[in-house]
Amino acid sequence: MNRGASWFNVTSVVLGFAFLYLPILILIIFSFNESRLVTVWAGFSTKWYVELFRNEGLMNAAWVTARVAFVSASIATVLGTLAAIALVRFGRFHGRTLFSGMVYAPLVMPEVITGLSLLLLFVAINFDRGFWTVVIAHITFSMCFVAVVVQSRLVTFDASVEEAAMDLGCPPAKTFFIITLPIILPAVISGWMLAFTLSLDDLVIASFTTGPGATTLPMKIYSQVRLGVTPEINAVCTILIALVTIGVVSASLVTKRQEVERKRAEAAAVRADEPELA
Amino acid sequence: MATKGTAAKKAAPRKAAAKAAPQKTAARAKAKPEISAEKSKMVGSVRRSFAPWTDPDAKPFILYENITKRFGDFTAVDDLTLGIYEREFFSLLGGSGCGKTTLLRMLAGFETPTEGRILLDGQDISKIPPYKRPVNMMFQSYALFPHMTVADNIAFGLKQDKMPKGEIADRVDEMLKLVKLEQFKSRKPHMLSGGQRQRVALARSIAKRPKVLLLDEPLGALDKKLREQTQFELIDLQQQLGLTFQIVTHDQEEAMTVSDRIAVMNQGKIIQVSTPAEMYEYPNSRFVADFIGDINLIEGTISSVSGGKVTVETADAGKLVVNQDLKADKGQTAWIAIRPEKVSIGLKKPAARTANVMSGEVWDIGYLGDVSTYHVKMPAGGIVKALQTNATRLVERPITWEDQAWLSFSPDGAVVLLS
Ligand SMILES: Nc1ncnc2c1ncn2[C@@H]1O[C@H](COP(=O)(O)OP(=O)(O)OP(=O)(O)O)[C@@H](O)[C@H]1O
Ligand SMILES: [Mg+2]
Repeated sequence: MNRGASWFNVTSVVLGFAFLYLPILILIIFSFNESRLVTVWAGFSTKWYVELFRNEGLMNAAWVTARVAFVSASIATVLGTLAAIALVRFGRFHGRTLFSGMVYAPLVMPEVITGLSLLLLFVAINFDRGFWTVVIAHITFSMCFVAVVVQSRLVTFDASVEEAAMDLGCPPAKTFFIITLPIILPAVISGWMLAFTLSLDDLVIASFTTGPGATTLPMKIYSQVRLGVTPEINAVCTILIALVTIGVVSASLVTKRQEVERKRAEAAAVRADEPELA
Repeated sequence: MATKGTAAKKAAPRKAAAKAAPQKTAARAKAKPEISAEKSKMVGSVRRSFAPWTDPDAKPFILYENITKRFGDFTAVDDLTLGIYEREFFSLLGGSGCGKTTLLRMLAGFETPTEGRILLDGQDISKIPPYKRPVNMMFQSYALFPHMTVADNIAFGLKQDKMPKGEIADRVDEMLKLVKLEQFKSRKPHMLSGGQRQRVALARSIAKRPKVLLLDEPLGALDKKLREQTQFELIDLQQQLGLTFQIVTHDQEEAMTVSDRIAVMNQGKIIQVSTPAEMYEYPNSRFVADFIGDINLIEGTISSVSGGKVTVETADAGKLVVNQDLKADKGQTAWIAIRPEKVSIGLKKPAARTANVMSGEVWDIGYLGDVSTYHVKMPAGGIVKALQTNATRLVERPITWEDQAWLSFSPDGAVVLLS
């Protein structure tokens, strides 16, 4: 480690990061390109951003996507959390193995199959395809991700904490809201963010289950790109990247600050204990 | 081995707190010379004239009735019947995994008995959910609410009862003072040491002053001094508020100090229930004898039983006599159980009429400052331990390794055990 970086290490790091970030970097750079041609640099300009906000099709699609992602992530979080609690808390109920298997199946199910089967379902029950069918489809596949995230938090959660609350006179439902939920909240929130992101970038399932007037941003981008990449698309992608980056960075900053605060408090606790021992 | 001495030492302030009659306190201190007294005398001292278990009309406040608890094929509690009286301080002692926690959890409502029922104040509580039972429990794992401060943890139960805010604050302060955590009031549990967390858990469970308080190893993580202090504070609290305590502990000295009665459990069954002194002086089995304090068990066969005297023929020491009313047959295998502090040791052969004389080689000496334990090897190979107080600093001819030593004990000092 402290031997200093060898040329081999430096090269592999550079290559690795280049592989990951060069395409994104190019995309960002060309979103500020003056020229309509995406491959030729003609000077700096933000005109494509202005253009983007005038492009009703793209803006509509963005709005649909945001709504779909918000609604589906919220519902998936509730359902996924409940599923996780059922799996962790209710011990060995009849059919537990089957239930847990079924909750996790969508994790490994090819999206095409999920999309197709949902489409067939909606057709069969004669459900008008549109905003809500996309929402339902996104709930179906993202709730299992939420379940996994929340479950992994719950297994490390000492159930006797809930018992202690009940022992002190708190009914079960109230215990859930004032004890369990606050403790698992970070996992629930990251579950929600995961579901939100999954919904944001889903193309396949949305394409299968959508209907008129409910075109999501990935679908819109995909269909436009088939006609040729425009700097507008680069601009919208850059905005998406910026949003995601801000989200990730702020989340990690918050975690980091909590960690630092905890460490400081623990150190303070140790100091406060010393005179007590004396 | 120093159990007895330590227990007596600890018991003294507690009796002062309990305002017990002073002559009774003295009786405990004199317990040792009483060995040769007749059996009609008291076994140990009595803290207070509280012995509802001797009254056939008294109804237990908590009654476990033929309780069995199975987890799958495993029987954690096995057809157990136990009554605990109002205002009693009752301890459960037993090895790890013998079902102590399970028993408490059934009373608190977190486990349902597979068979049997639990009565609280004469009422079957099986249908009452945990949050409505007048029982509070301190959990072995503390189970503090990690997202709440120490004060909020303690106030939690009071808030559930919709106690007025001012009263809650007063009660919380009182509890914080009790467990000496005033300056940690606004800390979160993860900023506390293990012992501090344990004290928060204790304070939280006591705050509501429930009729019955279940404490699962409440003081295990505390250092010796704080543990002893807290023990006396627990006793005080229990007597002031008239609560019924059922406490689980691994520490038999603690059980002896705090309890009105102790139950020793093994594999889901209760082996013996009695007062601490009775448990120590009259264990009913080798398991209990061995579990509580240090003891010599000398195996033999019964050679005669008559007129309150039992004679046991042993390989180690020949015929030994014990004053005891015992139902046993001649030839039956039995064990003489004698506490080391009741065995006297010397280099001179005791007078001819002395009962229960044994002789052997000093094999090992454990010097503990206040007392020394002599391990004496009998000709047949058994080891008998004798405890002697180091009353003077200098001894003319100390007993030392490989000395031929004489041991003796009074027929009142031992018990004969059949199991
Ligand atoms: N939920 C459970 N499922 C299966 N077995 C259990 C369960 N709870 C307890 N047991 C078993 O029942 C037995 C008694 O457990 P319990 O917790 O009452 O022991 P304990 O006497 O409190 O021990 P310790 O002194 O170590 O706390 C143990 O062997 C334990 O493995
Ligand atoms: Mg236990």
